[in-house]
Amino acid sequence: MQDRIKYWRGIEELENTPEFAKHAHNEFPEYLPLGEGSKEAETSGAGKTHRRDFLKLLGFSVAAASLASCEAPVRKAIPYLNKPVDVEPGTANWYATTYYLNGDYNSILVKTREARPIKIEPNPSSALTPIGTSARAQASVLSVYDNNRLRTPLVKGAVAEWEQVDKEITSKLGSVSGKVALVSSTVISPSTKKLINEFGSRFGNFEHVVYDANSSSALLAANNGVVPGYDFSKANIIVGINADFLGTWLAPVIFSKQYIQNRKPTADNPTMSRHYQFETAMSLTGANADVRVPIKPSDEQAVVTALYNAITGGGSAGNVAGIDAKMLADTVRDLKANNGKALVVSGSNNSSVQAMVAAINNALGAAGSTIDTASPYFVKQGNDAQMIRLIEEMNNGSVGAVFFYNANPAYDHPLADKVASGLKKVGLKVSFAERVDETAALVDIIAPDHNFLESWNDYEPKKGFISLAQPVLSPIFKTRQVQDSLLAWSGNTTSYYEYIRNNWRGILTGDFNQAWEKAVHDGVVQNGSSMLTPASNFTAATITTTAAKPAAGAIEAVLYEKVAIGTGVEANNPWLQEMADPISKATWGNYVAMPRKMAIDMGIAQNDVVKVTMQNGTAIELPVLIQPGQAQGTVAIAIGYGRNLEAMPVAKGVGANAYPIATVVNNNVILSGGVKIEKTGATSEIAQMQTHHTIMDRNVVQENTLANYKANPKDVTEYIRIATHEGPAKPSTISLWDDYEYKNHHWGMVIDLNSCIGCGACTISCQAENNIPVVGKAEVLMRREMHWIRIDRYYSAVEHEEKDYKTMEDPAENPSVIFQPMMCQHCNHAPCETVCPVAATMHSSEGINQMAYNRCVGTRYCANNCPYKVRRFNWFAYANNDKFDYTMNNDLAKFVLNPDVTVRGRGVMEKCSFCVQRVQLGKLDAKRENRRPKDGEIVTACAQSCPTEAIVFGDMLDKESRISKVLAREQGERAFHVLEELNVQPNVTYLTKIRNLA
Amino acid sequence: MQHVSPIREPLVTGGKTYHDITEDVCRQVEAKPNIRWAAALAVALVGLAIFLYSVYRTLWYGIGEWGLNKTVGWAWDITNFVWWVGIGHAGTLISAILLLFRQKWRTSINRAAEAMTIFAVICAAMFPVLHMGRPWLAYWVLPLPNTFGSLWVNFNSPLLWDVFAISTYFSVSLVFWYIGLIPDFATIRDRATGPIARRAYAALSMGWTGSAKAWSRYETVSLILAGLATPLVLSVHTIVSMDFATSVIPGWHTTIFPPYFVAGAIFSGFAMVLTLMIITRKVFFLEHYITLEHVESMNKVIILTGSIVGIAYTTEFFIAWYSGVEYEQYAFINRAFGPYWWAYWAMMTCNVITPQLFWFRSIRRSLTATFIISIFVNIGMWFERFVIIVTSLHRDYLPSSWAMFSPTIIDIGIYVGTIGLFFTLFLLFAKFFPVVNMAEVKAILKSSSEVKHSHNSHAKSMHGTAPESNTNTPHSNE
Repeated sequence: MQDRIKYWRGIEELENTPEFAKHAHNEFPEYLPLGEGSKEAETSGAGKTHRRDFLKLLGFSVAAASLASCEAPVRKAIPYLNKPVDVEPGTANWYATTYYLNGDYNSILVKTREARPIKIEPNPSSALTPIGTSARAQASVLSVYDNNRLRTPLVKGAVAEWEQVDKEITSKLGSVSGKVALVSSTVISPSTKKLINEFGSRFGNFEHVVYDANSSSALLAANNGVVPGYDFSKANIIVGINADFLGTWLAPVIFSKQYIQNRKPTADNPTMSRHYQFETAMSLTGANADVRVPIKPSDEQAVVTALYNAITGGGSAGNVAGIDAKMLADTVRDLKANNGKALVVSGSNNSSVQAMVAAINNALGAAGSTIDTASPYFVKQGNDAQMIRLIEEMNNGSVGAVFFYNANPAYDHPLADKVASGLKKVGLKVSFAERVDETAALVDIIAPDHNFLESWNDYEPKKGFISLAQPVLSPIFKTRQVQDSLLAWSGNTTSYYEYIRNNWRGILTGDFNQAWEKAVHDGVVQNGSSMLTPASNFTAATITTTAAKPAAGAIEAVLYEKVAIGTGVEANNPWLQEMADPISKATWGNYVAMPRKMAIDMGIAQNDVVKVTMQNGTAIELPVLIQPGQAQGTVAIAIGYGRNLEAMPVAKGVGANAYPIATVVNNNVILSGGVKIEKTGATSEIAQMQTHHTIMDRNVVQENTLANYKANPKDVTEYIRIATHEGPAKPSTISLWDDYEYKNHHWGMVIDLNSCIGCGACTISCQAENNIPVVGKAEVLMRREMHWIRIDRYYSAVEHEEKDYKTMEDPAENPSVIFQPMMCQHCNHAPCETVCPVAATMHSSEGINQMAYNRCVGTRYCANNCPYKVRRFNWFAYANNDKFDYTMNNDLAKFVLNPDVTVRGRGVMEKCSFCVQRVQLGKLDAKRENRRPKDGEIVTACAQSCPTEAIVFGDMLDKESRISKVLAREQGERAFHVLEELNVQPNVTYLTKIRNLA
Repeated sequence: MQHVSPIREPLVTGGKTYHDITEDVCRQVEAKPNIRWAAALAVALVGLAIFLYSVYRTLWYGIGEWGLNKTVGWAWDITNFVWWVGIGHAGTLISAILLLFRQKWRTSINRAAEAMTIFAVICAAMFPVLHMGRPWLAYWVLPLPNTFGSLWVNFNSPLLWDVFAISTYFSVSLVFWYIGLIPDFATIRDRATGPIARRAYAALSMGWTGSAKAWSRYETVSLILAGLATPLVLSVHTIVSMDFATSVIPGWHTTIFPPYFVAGAIFSGFAMVLTLMIITRKVFFLEHYITLEHVESMNKVIILTGSIVGIAYTTEFFIAWYSGVEYEQYAFINRAFGPYWWAYWAMMTCNVITPQLFWFRSIRRSLTATFIISIFVNIGMWFERFVIIVTSLHRDYLPSSWAMFSPTIIDIGIYVGTIGLFFTLFLLFAKFFPVVNMAEVKAILKSSSEVKHSHNSHAKSMHGTAPESNTNTPHSNE
């Protein structure tokens, strides 16, 4: 047998000296004096261990022990034992799914990393929302990581198992007496609707009660239970009456895309729609209108009647008290001149008004052109009368069981008190709320639903446009999808996934499994098949021309949804709370928006807290915000605030609940009411991200009229020229600096001010992509928000003399509004780059102005020297800091962080990076395939989420890229650089806004 | 017994002899601290404690403890920095430039003025470090060989120039000051009785023997250092002004800044010297060394530099109008009539109007008036920097970013704290170091010419409780 290979522990073992052999089995070498002393001491009486050795050893041990205790805690990254097939560490996967909340429908792709969703992106396969998303959809990815969602079902407030819940509910349902009601907000899922009906069919007396917090009952009543198939892209004349269709009304993302299609004039085709807006509060839509007329809510009926009479009767518009007669006449003239190409929409919840609007559209020949009659929207189905009746029935004691699904009437219904009192008389009360909300606090059993990112579902927002939702992560908590709960309680053992599949067999053609796989992959099925039927339980609206006038002397208050917070469902989302309102730029809370003249008359200044007393005597206290454009004699207050729930720590104590102001008229919930306003003497600062509102006659944002653009497209932009001895010169031609030479790529961005509607989706998209911290109200008040992209909103100033700076600080009473997205301009001659003492910010070889966070020492010189003020400083540690308990302070919320982007530490500067991680990834992917990156392959988060394609990002060296073409087309016409005279040579170009003034 | 020129007023009054000078100056060092000094030190230590607490909050929690925001990235920090650097100008100007110009009156104030310079520069240097987001990496602004790859500092950055300017200025001033102190330390060493004092001053005096060779070298080094320091007087504030002048911010981007800042620095430096001298001469009975002539001479410098500063303010306005640049025009209109109008007018009142009172000889020679006006100038110069920094930043190009700045308690704490730090250092200096340069003052004491009598009665009335300094006993020139 061959000798086994032997390994020696050292040369001593090889030599095997007697010395070595002697000590070979002693684990410790002799020279460690441990213990020897005692043995020796026994024999000789004198220890060999000297005091010094002992002290040395002691010192060493103490030092070693204390060093060991200084060690950072070990955090283990555990690799996959069995790697899931589709999870590649470090590589993102995208899954198609659907976001839907209160009408805001987005077909989306969810970007996941290591099986966790981190970013929402638009689904290009969708015909409805192929480009861009809403801000709320962007923020929804954070909600799935909300620590305050219920982790288990609750029975009477105690943690329970699902088996216990099922047993309790089935037993109680077996012996239920009286009506069984399922209360929900609009359900646009065909399978869910079918399931609800099947669930109810077991009971003799079942009703699926649908109501929406911001109701469209009247609109549905006037249009056979559906939202007419509006198509703003086909309209030359758009008239909006209190309908914020770009911000919050019905399906804003779908409408924004349509709206902007006909509002992108070019020199070759200088046409665009003209948009009239009659509204009370300054809305996002009103801010985009070419002509905006402030009206009181009580004048709404009169205005619509005037239009109705003029359009259907053939007369002139006549006069409406308090409304500019010329504007009304212009509206009628334009509408009549554009028969078949005009659209009138109203957000009113007055059935008569909606009936008249329907008649106007009919008379204008909208059907078949600006209204797709074959394909209406299902995005709102709430029936106020049904809900009001149910509340009465609950109070009568005739309801035996009630289920709440995506419904929180104890908070968002004007009869919330009656909901609470009625619930006491209901035998079985179940909520599917994901957290203990106002209604869930009043029920016996909470059977928490999955987050939408953990669920299977299907959606049909518009007839013939169906989309799927698939889970993108396994459920974080012990929650169960509503539909699975309903199936379980119906005694049906199939899963909801199977249920949807079975339900879909009817609409998918060809091999079902293949078609299904494709549907799941694409997220949408747009083959014309439809599964939803319109609700038929609406009382048809009739036209009456007498309007109920508000109580004399009262101030009319209108309630509105904020673009970020909406009806308040997502109020616990810190991204949305800190998103600036597109108009007021206010964050963290609601307020009483009041026109300036009225405030002056009442002796009220901005931030003064006023007591708003409602007709029923209850009062709320809110600070006042001076809002240009608000109709005189009215105030506007946002709904969705004033939460006091433990389960909503972010929203807790922010603002006040304005729902009680809403009134019920003719069984419709009207989001307005008469109020009394008194000063309290207190002040409370409103955290606005912009506190100066006029442009101060500066040339930083440019606009012109369509008439001028048609006359001479080269004359709409004012280019700044520097006076030299050779005459006026373009600033970039006079330079002390050498220009950079770009050999490979030169990234740039073009922002079309004509397309930007100011919705703010880009801000939240950027926040999600780039791990931007939320800083809270106090820090926003300190003007320390961290958003990398902001949307500057300027009002036109009151009439003033040239250089009358004091006067021009005041916005006009009904100003025109312009939005300007502003982020790092990536200047080629960047003022920030030269002043950094440690060269932490520098220029890349591809034109990107870069920040090396690790190198930054935080002198803030760069931020001071930035003429655009786009640099953001980490004033505190925003991660792992209890003072900023928003998105980076607990392990769950941290899952939303993008692993490709550094979380910045305290004391460093940061700013827009042109999504350099996406640029690098795109180049790398192309390189791996041995090709150049294709145009459109690399896109920044802001450009990707823009629902109106206002932002174009690309390589300016690539002559075929979209950005190069736009720049070539618009050079000398609409393309301009902000602050061109500074010769900082930005890589971001803006296009002048064109207004189609009447 | 003093010999006095019949024509020229003496630079040192009171009939001082050489020994008197030694006695007068060494008394503070050797005697037990008096109660006024102890009280002053106690107050200064409170200020120092405030400083340490504010610094702790800043370092532990971050710059967010200050009132800065995304629009106004510098405010009190750099205001204080420039203010302290400005104050630190007079010392070197007095010692170096006046030495080169052979202005002998400087000898009795240069020591304290230089000490003030050094302490002011120490206070100033706190701010560039503390205002950093990550002050523990402050050494990255030094062009040190490093292991970060090929990373090097950015020589284009005026902040880097600042680092060099301030550190050079500080080192030269320190060396200059210390070399001047050596002969005086030797004097104290020779007189010292206690073992600690003897050893300490022996070490400090670096074996000074007072040999002719040593004196010759002393003179030469002083002259060389004065030559080195002179351009620094001009360069430091020139470079500090470039922090602003090289930027693109309206109100900062101004070519007038270097001379205007230097004039302002001398202006504020002299004001601070006056403030301190008026107190010191009173507290330490140095009225015969720091005389009304000194005060008047310095007041003349104040009126000159004050007027230069005033002209600079006006010129800025003129150029803003003349340039036709709307941003520039707005920046200046906003300074005078915008939300920070009060700061602007405080600056104008303190810096331009009050010093003009020195045209009146009686005011120029009034200690009370000088003291009050010097305080006004100190305040005014602080406001000047505040106006330049904050009013320019808070409303620059894009109105959407316009914001207001208001200080937090920590901002105030750090500022008040540096004053505490300054006075702590100054009081310790005044107690343990000779506040007047004995060696050089002795050099300007005339020892020839005729004897001037009848000074004692006058001196006595001025001194009151310090009879031994007015002794009639003739002393040998020691």
